[in-house]
Amino acid sequence: MNVLVLMESGDPSRQALTLARKFGDPRSVRMDAIQPFAPDALAAALALAADQLNVSAVFAAGTDRGNEVMARLAARTGLPFAANCIAVTPGDPVEVTRLRWGGSLLEEGRLHSPRALITVAPHTVPADTGPAPAELDLKPSAGSDLVVRVSDHVAPANGGVSLTTAKVIVSGGRGVGSKEGFAIIEELAGLLGAAVGCSRAVTSAGWRPHTDQVGQTGTKVAPEVYIACGISGATQHMAGLKGAKRIVAINSDPQAPLMLNADYTVTGDLKEIVPAITAEIRKRK
Amino acid sequence: MRIAVCIKRVPITGGRILLTDDARAINTQHLGFTMSPHEECGVEEAARLIEANRGDSVVLTLGPPEAVEQLRDAMALGVDRAIHLQTDGQEWDAEATASALLEAISADEAANGPFDLIFFGNESADSGGFQVGIRVAYSLGRPCVTGLKKVTLEGSSVRCEQEVEGGRDVYVVPLPAVLTVKEGLNLPRYPSVPGKMRARSKPVAVTTPTRPAPRLELVRLAVPAGQGRRAESLGIGATAAPAVVEVLRQAGVL
Repeated sequence: MNVLVLMESGDPSRQALTLARKFGDPRSVRMDAIQPFAPDALAAALALAADQLNVSAVFAAGTDRGNEVMARLAARTGLPFAANCIAVTPGDPVEVTRLRWGGSLLEEGRLHSPRALITVAPHTVPADTGPAPAELDLKPSAGSDLVVRVSDHVAPANGGVSLTTAKVIVSGGRGVGSKEGFAIIEELAGLLGAAVGCSRAVTSAGWRPHTDQVGQTGTKVAPEVYIACGISGATQHMAGLKGAKRIVAINSDPQAPLMLNADYTVTGDLKEIVPAITAEIRKRK
Repeated sequence: MRIAVCIKRVPITGGRILLTDDARAINTQHLGFTMSPHEECGVEEAARLIEANRGDSVVLTLGPPEAVEQLRDAMALGVDRAIHLQTDGQEWDAEATASALLEAISADEAANGPFDLIFFGNESADSGGFQVGIRVAYSLGRPCVTGLKKVTLEGSSVRCEQEVEGGRDVYVVPLPAVLTVKEGLNLPRYPSVPGKMRARSKPVAVTTPTRPAPRLELVRLAVPAGQGRRAESLGIGATAAPAVVEVLRQAGVL
């Protein structure tokens, strides 16, 4: 049997390939095969290729683009689609384990479909190290599939250290108390060359912009050190922290979920502790 | 202008998720409920567009009788009326949810004319299927743009900004269109007391769709094993500062 894989550059697609090989001999379509990006045209090309090769499954990485194109393929072909899987067993039905709540919960499910459409949650399975699958040539797209296409690009607002690439993140939660309260967080972050992050409670209150939010509906981060100040650690927030190497939690409540799920904890008032850390670093420099 | 927005009632999970005895659902006995965060921004956007352009806005949800709370919340933010696709609380998969919503949207359009815009969340907070809005758009034969952080009306088109690595991609599509949005699109207003009062008397139409057999069938839920972080105490209060700095030094970031 053949299996089709929608490939992007980067590890997540190689990870998707690992699970795809369980379904057969992989062939690939590149995410950037149609330029500028036009997701309906890509879905149409996948649908055609899937029929021609009579594949048992189509795989993609569970990235924004991967989930989007696969959902369009599912809608176009009238098939069910399982997003963000971490394990799959071929068969009828296909057994899947997939992420819910941004990874805070697992769902074991059965996919009843003549052709399994599956995305693989990034960084949950090892990357395939085998030879790259043969790439398919695509036919020109129909005009109606090009209505939705990228027509322009806006560069990111230039502001400080990016959350996604920061080595250190100093992050504040409801416990910071106010917009002004972030001054001590910013001071410490500035000294460390760190990015400033925050929890959803903070952006909902309007203290920080949404671009600073770490969590399920914000940014997923992977710093060497994440310093969480006055953040309780709701599942919404923890879903964004799974990639952090070390978590230091500062909280007045030693039973806060983040205090129980951190590597290091400091119990007490962040308004005293954060400036004390800043002063200690200055002293050593 | 006519706008529809689709939302989902989800529990506020707090710090730790507990499951029911049969492990097929979250134990929500002690939990509050809300609408999915992305969708709250969809509701706010719909309310703002109708305030600016006048017209009719409708909020739809598929969910148990209690989901009327989230419909009232959306109407408190400014949406004019609601359609409640009432279930008995069983899980509906994304495909079935999309076809029930499609039927309700098509019925409303047959009576009142087409919606210029239909908003969805990019993905629900709980099941995270990434597909309901796209399925509805395909069935209606309308363009769909996903994951939006900014939406601007430009005459008979809509300009959409989608967050991607290294900035934002821009799409311009003709109306009518289906848009799936993400949190950060706007900052939803806090519902006012008069807004909540008005929401109580706004109309809620109820239908009871039949649940088809799911083709993505939920068998069981499981809470993943913790990451095994050791929660080592560095001390209490400001006296712990040197120990924190030592952690930073050992991590090689100082």
